[in-house]
Amino acid sequence: MKNPLDSLWGTVISGLVLTVILYEIVKNFLN
Amino acid sequence: MELVPALARWVHLLAGVMWIGLLYYFNFVQADAMKAATADGTAAGISKHVAPRALFFFRWSAVVTWLAGATLLGAYFVPAFTLSKGYAGIGVGAWLGTIMLLNVWGIIWPNQKKILGLKPATDEEKAKARRAAFLASRTNTMLSMPMLFFMATGWHHAF
Repeated sequence: MKNPLDSLWGTVISGLVLTVILYEIVKNFLN
Repeated sequence: MELVPALARWVHLLAGVMWIGLLYYFNFVQADAMKAATADGTAAGISKHVAPRALFFFRWSAVVTWLAGATLLGAYFVPAFTLSKGYAGIGVGAWLGTIMLLNVWGIIWPNQKKILGLKPATDEEKAKARRAAFLASRTNTMLSMPMLFFMATGWHHAF
């Protein structure tokens, strides 16, 4: 599997996905 | 407005813009520019005159950003880093920023010193250093996205 960080779009999409995951964790488990 | 938090906020924002601005410059501009410049034999201009200056402001603005951020957190430093109730949002931002700072000083800068010839390295070591620095820089670009989100919305924000 290709590393998504090798492309700029892959990096931006990974950042967006990570933001959503962390947001859900904070919202549902840490507040 | 209290003077110390106000100053800390001002320094944190300005240094943070410089740090992340230069991070985006490296990832969105310089990486591809270096490839094109290497192909036409003009890469030395970037690696000799641009990259060392950009890296100087990059690594030191990272330190200033973190220190000003820690000052700004003040009494909330421990609640933020322990992700206590009500502080988990800013805490996640603070943790992401901390991981990014460690990436800058622990991986990116030591490898860039080999790439730019500031530290002796064989061609094989340089190739390895290039990949390690590239991936750490891309990781920081990815982490900057949730980091900025939580920094901007995390302070006392009820999710």
